[in-house]
Amino acid sequence: MKIGVVTFPGSLDDADARRAVGLAGGEAVALWHGEHDLKGVDAVILPGGFSYGDYLRCGAIARFAPVMTEVVAAASGGMPVLGICNGFQILCESHLLPGALIRNDHRTFICRDQTLRVENAGTAWTNSYEVGQEIIIPLKNGEGGFVADAATLDRLEGEGRVVFRYVGVNPNGSLRDIAGITNAHGNVVGLMPHPEHAIEDLCGPGTDGLAFFTSALAALAGVS
Amino acid sequence: MPRVVVEVMPKPEILDPQGKAVHGALPRLGFDGILDVRQGKRFELEVDEVDDATLAEVREIAETLLSNPVIEDFAVHVEGA
Repeated sequence: MKIGVVTFPGSLDDADARRAVGLAGGEAVALWHGEHDLKGVDAVILPGGFSYGDYLRCGAIARFAPVMTEVVAAASGGMPVLGICNGFQILCESHLLPGALIRNDHRTFICRDQTLRVENAGTAWTNSYEVGQEIIIPLKNGEGGFVADAATLDRLEGEGRVVFRYVGVNPNGSLRDIAGITNAHGNVVGLMPHPEHAIEDLCGPGTDGLAFFTSALAALAGVS
Repeated sequence: MPRVVVEVMPKPEILDPQGKAVHGALPRLGFDGILDVRQGKRFELEVDEVDDATLAEVREIAETLLSNPVIEDFAVHVEGA
């Protein structure tokens, strides 16, 4: 199974995401922001970083990169798409996910090993977890405060589309402690924390992030 | 040459940490009379002429790229026409 990882100008964690895909047993394919080409991949990851320098708004310019036309079309057709940190911001700017990410309420960049609770284990990227399971993966952002109007938040909760919630501390002022959400079909998932940094015991807080990537491979193999 | 100005502001109900940081600095400088500060963005778009079609196009630009309607409002006005 091929999982593509898009590199935008300013992406930081594309190499880590490709490495995570490989460790999970998939074939990682590098995708380029400037090409209208998904190279035949079965799923796509939009990695963390500062695409286009975070100019204008985080993810606002990346949304209009040529490759995003293909990503939006593929996501609408059911392809699994994961947005991590800046990738989550791009998914919100692209309207593939509702809401927006704003500057942390405490105004400082934060980097910590963050506990999350899995709220939805039915998505293409979380089917290897269990509902209620707590995982620890790194979080690092300056603009990670998830906001949406109350009606949207109610709809997300009512439809089970909150995928992860922060546990212990709310590190960035996200409304209702929301760390990650999914679309109506469960194929598109976005979250601020970084599962690709928690895939090996050698570095990072553990291996709790690896199941994102094995989940996608299982979903693609039809065994989830 | 006329200039179309787009001003983008965070919606009133959206937290504005940058505005709060600016507001918090004012008393340290001895400015005590300011009740609140909101920080936004101003875009100046140079155009050949201002007509309805141009303004409609600028509004579309403001809606799709310059602002995010989920968290921001925008206003358009013309200068130097």
